Amino acid sequence: MNQFLAQHGNEILEASLEHIWLVGATMLLAIAIGVPLGIVVARKPWLSKPVLGSANIAETIPSLALLGFLLPVPWLGARADRLTITALTLYALLPIIRNTAAGISGVDPAVREAARGMGMSGGQILLHVELPLSVSTILAGIRVATVLTVGIATIAAAVGAGGLGEFIFRGLAMVNDQLILAGAIPAALLALGADFLLGIMERVLRPVAPQHKPAQ
Amino acid sequence: MSQLAKAQPGDDVIIEFCRAGYRLGGGATLLNNVNFSVRRGETLVLLGRSGAGKTTALRLINRLVDPSEGEVFVERRRTVDWDPIALRRHIGYVIQETGLFPHYTVEKNISLVPRLERWTDQQIRTRTQELLTLVGLDPAIFLKRYPHELSGGQRQRVGVARALAANPPILLMDEPFGALDPLTRAEIRAEFQTLQRQLGKAIVLVTHDTGEALLLGTRIALMEAGELKGLYSPQELLGSEEPVAAAYVDQLRALEKFDRGGGR
Repeated sequence: MNQFLAQHGNEILEASLEHIWLVGATMLLAIAIGVPLGIVVARKPWLSKPVLGSANIAETIPSLALLGFLLPVPWLGARADRLTITALTLYALLPIIRNTAAGISGVDPAVREAARGMGMSGGQILLHVELPLSVSTILAGIRVATVLTVGIATIAAAVGAGGLGEFIFRGLAMVNDQLILAGAIPAALLALGADFLLGIMERVLRPVAPQHKPAQ
Repeated sequence: MSQLAKAQPGDDVIIEFCRAGYRLGGGATLLNNVNFSVRRGETLVLLGRSGAGKTTALRLINRLVDPSEGEVFVERRRTVDWDPIALRRHIGYVIQETGLFPHYTVEKNISLVPRLERWTDQQIRTRTQELLTLVGLDPAIFLKRYPHELSGGQRQRVGVARALAANPPILLMDEPFGALDPLTRAEIRAEFQTLQRQLGKAIVLVTHDTGEALLLGTRIALMEAGELKGLYSPQELLGSEEPVAAAYVDQLRALEKFDRGGGR
């Protein structure tokens, strides 16, 4: 064990950093796309079927196949990390869009009516009322998406984008359990760590009042 | 319709409905050919059952909806010519569920419009304290509380304070006391009467409760099925021999008893 770590420690560290970069870039992109889409879906309910439906379909494509499909796409296929981040983003979108839409539609209509009646603009209502009130729901979606992405990112090694999947694929090829675990355990730890950190954020950013309607 | 109860035309008319109607996209008529006006310093009560169009009439005033027919004037200007944001900042709005922002303290709730209007910190602090005192809550205790830490009656008071924050000349109240228990309701109503006299604002108050209408209204507008059935002073309404009004009062009283029995 110690010998294995001494031999592969640096490699594991490097692969973990690659993994974190892939997941981090994916999440930034997925949040940048998913949260606005979720807001749009909450505003225009007729968009909910096509948008959530497409995100759902993306979710059902096996990850290896998705990488394969994207490979021939001109700009995307040129670099392995580009390709991987795009595929991972497609997977991460669904929980983020869904939770953002649910969080915003879940804001008490009386609160929204009052905000409008007081002369807040649509942007002010979004920024000062709707987003703060749905931040914990949105973060819960981001949390699910992050854990999901840490797992799926191991596939990236198949197209040469690096990450902890390298060990898993190498271990599979060499029938070496130790190598597989050298990829799987840090990946699991990463997922747990991300889950833990986002859980803390969720609690810290939650609006002070409970979301349920107080008893009259 | 009684001549006495009609508002006299003059400069103090602040809200005016001219043949105003509102129709949903699907064709359902929520409000039809409504005419009335409200003067500074008076409280017009819109009285009627659920679905009578009372809330729709209220929402026409602060332009949460635009009339499909006719016109609504606020300070002699058609609402559709007002910038909706400017119009709403000019009008206090209190709704039954209060719509207090659950993530804001009482202080932040009350000071929202002044903050949007970029008052100075000092002005805002003075104003919030003044308002809380006005609605009978001790600022030292309540400023830093969140809505879920308040009772129903306290929330309603904060709702009124928030609506008054930027000192609007008009106050719209949609069943403001509807969600309160009878004792608290009676207490807040009595305080509201005092407040009415102090403030001298034009108030439009929606209720389905005849007793409340008689108690708080300078004039009472009876509404049914989207139409205005008549305008009365409280005395006129009580003593009215017009069959519609009399029947309506009886009917509403019966309904009110039923409501009491059924809770809400």
